[in-house]
Amino acid sequence: MEDLGIKILGAILTTIMAFAVGMTYGGITRKLTARVQNRRGPTIWQNFIDLLKLQSKKSNIAHGFMGHMAPAWIIIAAITTLMFIPVLNGNLWFPNLTFHGDLIFLLYIMVFGSLGMALGAGQTGNPNSAIGVSRGLSQMVGFEIPFVLALVGLMVQYQTTSIKDLMEVQQQTGIWIMFSNPFSFLAAILASLGMFRYSPFDIVGAPAELASGPVSEFGGKYLGTMMSGGSIFAFIKLTLFVDLFMGGAGNGSDTGIWATLLGIVILLVKTFSLYMIPVFYGWVSPRYRTEQSIQYFYRWPLALGIISVIWAVVL
Amino acid sequence: MSTNEKNSKTILEYISEWSRKHSLFVMAYGTGCGAIEIPSTMTSRYDAERFGIRGAATPRQADVLLITGYLATKTLKRVIRVYEQMQNPKYVIAFGSCTINGGMYYDSYNTINSLDRYIPVDVYINGCMPRPEAVISGFVKLQEEIAAGRCHKGEKYIENLEWYRANQKKIIKNWRMPDYNW
Repeated sequence: MEDLGIKILGAILTTIMAFAVGMTYGGITRKLTARVQNRRGPTIWQNFIDLLKLQSKKSNIAHGFMGHMAPAWIIIAAITTLMFIPVLNGNLWFPNLTFHGDLIFLLYIMVFGSLGMALGAGQTGNPNSAIGVSRGLSQMVGFEIPFVLALVGLMVQYQTTSIKDLMEVQQQTGIWIMFSNPFSFLAAILASLGMFRYSPFDIVGAPAELASGPVSEFGGKYLGTMMSGGSIFAFIKLTLFVDLFMGGAGNGSDTGIWATLLGIVILLVKTFSLYMIPVFYGWVSPRYRTEQSIQYFYRWPLALGIISVIWAVVL
Repeated sequence: MSTNEKNSKTILEYISEWSRKHSLFVMAYGTGCGAIEIPSTMTSRYDAERFGIRGAATPRQADVLLITGYLATKTLKRVIRVYEQMQNPKYVIAFGSCTINGGMYYDSYNTINSLDRYIPVDVYINGCMPRPEAVISGFVKLQEEIAAGRCHKGEKYIENLEWYRANQKKIIKNWRMPDYNW
């Protein structure tokens, strides 16, 4: 019974940490973007202030049942997915529902939030939302293929479909998978450019063109909830990449307070450096059109994904 | 603002007013010539984002509606729709003398003269056109008003809807809009 209590507390702690880290990374990105553009920029806590403001709006409009449920759907999908990601390697305070084959399960459940967004945006009846959704799904067809190929490369190379096993392999051999299968890492990183939807892949939101796309009819607390869900998703993707390619963070055997804090710091350093890749790429890029975006993923990322599978089979 | 028996702000109201003050999403809708001042206000030289001001693409997400200069009768219809789609609490900033008394268009047949007969205005910025410094000072004035809890024009608009509707329908002869837009 005590064990269950600790697990529930740990799940709440994981969710809060994912939310706080995702929001803060968004704020740091806004600040850094401002500095690059020779501006002073907002504080790094600006996203939290925006969220507070959105949640304290006095009137909120929803266009039907799915429009009301979509933000909830997104945040539920985010938290469910988070529960399957090992945040720290085997740490007591960050438990997760790991099982054999959770990598394949994750591939499915990660698009669940986008599905909720698509259904909610569909019910608002705004033409911009419909265009945004169709663009988002087209782009997903683009980046999912190299991403899945990269993960299949890992599964073939290490004969496992469990994230925990992949982390343990890296702990035991001491070599990160980003060095033992570099093609897989590159394919996944290029696919992540599409996942994070910074420029040049911001064709879904596209504020100047589509009036923020799928979320154009959502305001107030609905937009706030979507923002929170998106922040948790950003943390999920980054932590998954760190787990798979950079050996994860934390030492499984030691669950003392200092070891846990050290693990969190290592995790933050690794996730932040990964997060800066799409952000840096975005600073120097204008926006692609939809077909350019899809074609991008069908060139080098796809080729690298296929090479990673061949590399895994040959090894 | 609802008050408790001591007639003072609760902690929750203090927090929400503070957050409203520091996070203003501006509806990107330029009505008159003043819209040209907005890019320079937002970009590197004057950088309005340091006050938490950023653009919002749709009225549903926006807090502030800028009426940037003269307002043609044709545009008034769209402005009313946009204003009514925004969610409470919402604020309006009016630019330049055109929105106060018609400015240089005071005798024009197709511009309105006094904006606050049609939608409630929180802050006026004078000048023709106001420079980005003046725009930012207007935003800071709006932030002060919000922090003091004096900006409830959105609710006032709903209370006095009949008066505003009568004025609007005098200008817009072909009123083919729903009478209740939010």
